[in-house]
Formats: sequence, C-alpha cells, structure tokens
Amino acid sequence: MPFGNTHNNFKLNFKVEEEYPDLTKHNNHMAKVLTKDMYAKLRDKQTPSGFTLDDVIQTGVDNPGHPFIMTVGCVAGDEESYEVFKDLLDPIISDRHSGYKPTDKHKTDLNFENLKGGDDLDPNYVLSSRVRTGRSIKGYALPPHNSRGERRAVERLSVEALNTLDGEFKGKYYPLKGMTDAEQEQLINDHFLFDKPVSPLLLGAGMARDWPDSRGIWHNDGKSFLVWVNEEDHLRVISMEKGGNMKEVFRRFCVGLRKIEETFKKHNHCFMWNEHLGYVLTCPSNLGTGLRGGVHVKLPKLSTHAKFEEILGRLRLQKRGTGGVDTASVGGVFDISNADRLGSSEVDQVQMVVDGVKLMVEMEKKLEKGEAIDGMIPAQK
Amino acid sequence: MKKLNDQMAKLTIKRLSPEEEFPDLSQHNNHMAKVLTQDMFTKLRDRATPNGFTIDGVIQTGVDNPGHPFIMTVGCVAGDEETYEVFKELLDPIIEDRHGGYKPTDKHKTDLNPDNLKGGDDLDPNYVLSSRVRTGRSIRGFCLPPHCSRGERRGVEKMSVEALDSLSGDLKGKYYALKNMTDAEQQQLIDDHFLFDKPVSPLLLASGMARDWPDGRGIWHNDTKTFLVWVNEEDHLRVISMQKGGNMKEVFNRFCTGLTKIETLFKDKGTSFMWNEHLGYVLTCPSNLGTGLRAGVHVKIPNMSKHAKFEEVLKRLRLQKRGTGGVDTAAVGGTFDISNADRLGFSEVELVQMVVDGVKLLVEMEKKLEKGQSIDDIMPAQK
Repeated sequence: MPFGNTHNNFKLNFKVEEEYPDLTKHNNHMAKVLTKDMYAKLRDKQTPSGFTLDDVIQTGVDNPGHPFIMTVGCVAGDEESYEVFKDLLDPIISDRHSGYKPTDKHKTDLNFENLKGGDDLDPNYVLSSRVRTGRSIKGYALPPHNSRGERRAVERLSVEALNTLDGEFKGKYYPLKGMTDAEQEQLINDHFLFDKPVSPLLLGAGMARDWPDSRGIWHNDGKSFLVWVNEEDHLRVISMEKGGNMKEVFRRFCVGLRKIEETFKKHNHCFMWNEHLGYVLTCPSNLGTGLRGGVHVKLPKLSTHAKFEEILGRLRLQKRGTGGVDTASVGGVFDISNADRLGSSEVDQVQMVVDGVKLMVEMEKKLEKGEAIDGMIPAQK
Repeated sequence: MKKLNDQMAKLTIKRLSPEEEFPDLSQHNNHMAKVLTQDMFTKLRDRATPNGFTIDGVIQTGVDNPGHPFIMTVGCVAGDEETYEVFKELLDPIIEDRHGGYKPTDKHKTDLNPDNLKGGDDLDPNYVLSSRVRTGRSIRGFCLPPHCSRGERRGVEKMSVEALDSLSGDLKGKYYALKNMTDAEQQQLIDDHFLFDKPVSPLLLASGMARDWPDGRGIWHNDTKTFLVWVNEEDHLRVISMQKGGNMKEVFNRFCTGLTKIETLFKDKGTSFMWNEHLGYVLTCPSNLGTGLRAGVHVKIPNMSKHAKFEEVLKRLRLQKRGTGGVDTAAVGGTFDISNADRLGFSEVELVQMVVDGVKLLVEMEKKLEKGQSIDDIMPAQK
C-alpha cells in the first residue's frame, strides 16, 4: 500500500533477516518463490512511481493461503513492476501460466472472425454466455498504488471514451458515488453491480482505498456490454447474454474493445501491452489475454461422473459455481470457462470454451440416455 | 519547524494537482473531515515525516470510513512521533475538538503516583463486578503500527519481551507470541478474556495496522493474571491491570508500579517511551494522547441506567458508558462498563479519581433508586 511504504530507504536500516517476512505457514505462489536472498536483492528497488517489493508482496504476506487453492500472493502497482521485480514475478508467471518462459512471446488475436462455430451451443443446456477481460491505461499506476487523482483521471478518460460509442454500444455511465437507490436496485437486478471488495486478498493490496471515489459501471442500452471502472483493474470489459451464442458474445466483445481502444488512441492514450506479457493487469494471473470466456451450463450427470475433473483438465477448462470464483454450483449448473490466460490468444481460448462445452453437452446427453462416454474422452489440449 | 524541514523525507513520487488529489469528504462525518480543507491539504501534501509518512497516510482511514451519524470517529492516525509535529495544522484542531478544547500551547501533566489516589478500595463488590485500567505506550525511535516495517515491529516485540521477562515478584510472567501459540494456550487466553485477535474493524484495517499479521504480535501476562501487556496490536504496547471486584486502588497501584518498572527497564537499555510536555504519551490514535488511560468498572446499575438523568449524570462526572463487550457493544442486563471520558489535559491520578468518585456516587444513586427514593439531591455539579 502506498502509505505503508512511502519511503523504502528507512527500512534498509534494518538487516535482511529482520525484514524478511515469515512465510513458513504460507501456501501461495509468492511464498514458493521468495527466498531471503531474493528479498535481499530486490528490497532496495522501486519502480518510477515508488512501488516497492513489500508493496508487491503485502497481500501474499497477509493472506497465507489455502491448502487447496493456490493464490498468487502478489500484485503489480504499475506497468514497470513486472520489469523491476522480474526476478520474483517471472518464476511466478511461469508456475502460474504452465511454464511460460521469460523469453516467450504472447499473441493477441481479437479478430472474432477467426472463431469457428460457437453460435449453436444448445440453449437447453447452456443458459448464458459471457466473455470478460481487463485493460490498464498506460501511464497510470494500478489499483494497489494509484492516487485519487490518477484514479479520477482513469475514470474521466474511460467515460469520455465510452460516451463516444454508438449503435449497439450506445450506453450510460453510473458512478458508484451518488448512485440513486433506484439505479442501484436496477443494477443489482441486472447482476451488473459490483460492491466494495471484501476479500482480504484485495483489501490487503490496498485496492479499496478511497472507495467509492471514481468507481462506476457503464453499460449499453441493450445490457449486453458492460464496463467496470476502477474495481480490480482500471477497466473490466464484459460482453454477455442469455443462451448459448458465444460467437455473438465474442463478436460484440471484440468489436467493443476495438472501438474503445481506438477512441483512447485518438486521445493519445493506449492500453498497457507488450509482446511478452500481452495485456498488463494488476494480478499476474490475468496477464496475456486477461480473458475469461465462460458459460453457465447444466451438467448434473457429467459433473458427478468420475472423469469430470479429468475431462476439464484435458480441455483446459475450469469449473466454478454460478456465483463466481469462490462459490459452489447449484442444481448441477456450472460456470465453465478457459483455464489459460497467457500464451494463447483470445480466439484460441474462446475456441477451447466453445469446442469443450459442445463436447460436454454431448456427453451430458449421452449420460442422460444411460450411454457410456468413454469413447468421447478427449486428448490433452 | 525548520529543523524538522531538514529532516523530512524527500517526496519523489509524481502526483497530480492538489485539486485532483483532494479527497471527497462531502459524505463524511469524522474529526478529520471537519477540519481538512483544500488549502490545508495543498499545503500538507508536500511534507513527509523523516520516516516518510505522508498526509495520505494520516487521513486514509478517515477517507475510507465516512463515519457514523452518532459516533464521531477521529478519522486519522499517526505513523510516527513526528506526525504530530509535521502535520500540526491538521492535528491540532482535531486534538482541540476531541479533547475538550485543549490548546496547542497547553501543557499536560503526568502523575503515575498511586499514593495520590484517595480511596478507591471500597467500591461495593455487590455492584462493581470488576475493575480495570489500561493505557498505551510507544517506544521512541520506532514507527507506529500504521507505518512500521516488519523489522521495526519485531524490534518493538524483542525489546518489550526482554523488558517484561525481567519483571519479578507478583509481576513475574510469560510471553505468548500469536505466531507460535498452541491450541491449548489459545484456549486458555480466550477463557481468561486476554486474547486479542486480528483487527476486523475497517477503521483499523484501512490504516494498515493489520499488515503482516500475526508477525511480531503477542500477549504477555503475569502468573496471577492481573497484569497484561499486548504487543503490537493498535499501539506498540497496551498495558492492562485488572481484577474482579471493586478495589480500583489496588488495580491502579499495580498499574503504576508495573508501568514504572517497565519504563525503567527501557531506560536502562537506552530507550524510552514517546512523551512530551504538550501531548503527554504519544500514541497511534489522537484520541489516546495524554494519559492514553481508560480506567473503568463493570457495574450493575439497572435502575440508574434507565433514569432520565443518567446521561446527564455521566456527562457531569466526565464519565462514559459502554457495553461490557467493549467500545461498540450494548449493555447486557443493566451491567455497564463505566470509564473516564478524558485522556489529555488531566493526569492519570485525576482520571482514576474521577472514576472512583463517580462510580461510588452512581452506586449510591442505584441503591437509592432501589429503595424508591429520589436522587435529585445528590446530583453532582459539572466536573
């Protein structure tokens, strides 16, 4: 947090042993990687905006982790964090993103026409489809570290850009500050409203400072394209609709994103991106595409099948409850989405979801008829 | 200020204009929000204490916690001893508002001589269930909980435990680090009502006081469980003397003796507590300056507490009520936590005297009301 480590130099008066965190009870990516020697090497560094090693790791120190869920345990405070603290973040990125190497290149492909199929997922099973990603505006610190002024500038630039959208993207911005009760109620009913973070993972990283200043929700009139401003990232962009037409969801996603990026460029701003890490976001787990494409799908039989986890693993998909990342599924309905973020393109990842969900629905139908699915088990993607 | 100017840390981080950075306090109701103007913010944001604590560090908790219509929170914290000097323009008016008009030129007196307390050994134990005195202390040379590094926090722990381990007689005791506590130890401390947990209050979390939990935190208590020290919770040290019944004199005796012994031990090692003749003992929260002392009892006053003049009586006696669960709780079964309202501008002896005299009077009033008698003739004057 910026105020906790405003002037790193004074801590250097203490020895490494005295400052090195106790990670003996910890189980997160940061704790697996950060040795005392690495701490010694990195502790006197700071990014140009003053983000230090302790700022990067505070959330991981404060949240020892879960035996089953491997959290990342660190955040970036600005674009330069990934460079200045490479020694720590590269191994974490490699571990989290299936062996992605410091020399690897990431490809970005937001050309929706490259997606094959995806318009015919059976709506009797696939209840809704959604694609989300994040974007960071170059030149501004990220949510763990930004000042009020920077956060307000991000809001201003974002709303300016969004307000130029027209056609299917024409919409309106609802700042959290000053929201009327009626507006709030409507946004809750639409499942659009985000609230002040309660997760200690986020709070420990300082992302909730000054809430609700400069936070807000923009959505188009059709309620199918939505942008969160200054939540966990500068921008979170979401395309969604009921039913199984992922192709359409992805089209709108790509077109909308492109338009937003063009508008930013006209005003001499751009998103944080590089050819190694792709889109740069607050959490290292969201690097690359930052994309999570998923469906809510009814799989009561398949989800209780012995090979369910195996199938998901091979399809490079992950399951969540329909309430989001930490929830359990209800009534056999699961949120199924891509597991990868970095090292494959947006089209690649959505293709995996489309093909994988199509297969799983076929499997579900077979199991309904009492037939075996052994012959359909896919190879590892 | 010139000397301090030279020592202030250099701020190198690029920020936007003061107008763009000034927090929106329009929905806020706390001491900080009442005082902080754009002009003041513009002036103060160019400063940092020698340890690098800035205005945003001071006010973050107040920005993040707009406050309560009924409870006026302070809305700011100190990150080190110098905060109170470097950010005087903000903190002096807050101190004045919070501490009954205490002026920047006022002097605070410290009196930890228990012999100066009159009475206090005869509060009726049929009514007064328990007696307790607590205060805080900060070790000079270390940053305070909102700003300290792990190394500093561990340094505070090490020094404190060394000092406490050399106490003897009825003060002899043991330290239980939160980090290494066994289940059995934890259960015992819970049963004794000694254990403190990681803060959940957003007021504390927003100021960064829970960083690195539970590293460097622990509880020390004497063998007889009447003298207790919390290490690195909201302050470097919280010192507590307590026992069942109404013998506040004995509680205060032990409090003063223990505190003085600890302070001597620190002095022997070349350190001291943060103290000055204007603010008294310097602590993290401006509301705890001066004595940092809260002396109180749990007392059964079911009749008195329902009396129309209860609040008025408390106010005149300079006392405050809380539920028996602590500052944010409600009373249960007519049993209240009654303690001194003041911290700064009165000495320790004076504050405990107010509690002793005030509680004695409240119990008399309770007894009268039990007998159906009026209490109008024993209403106190404003202290």
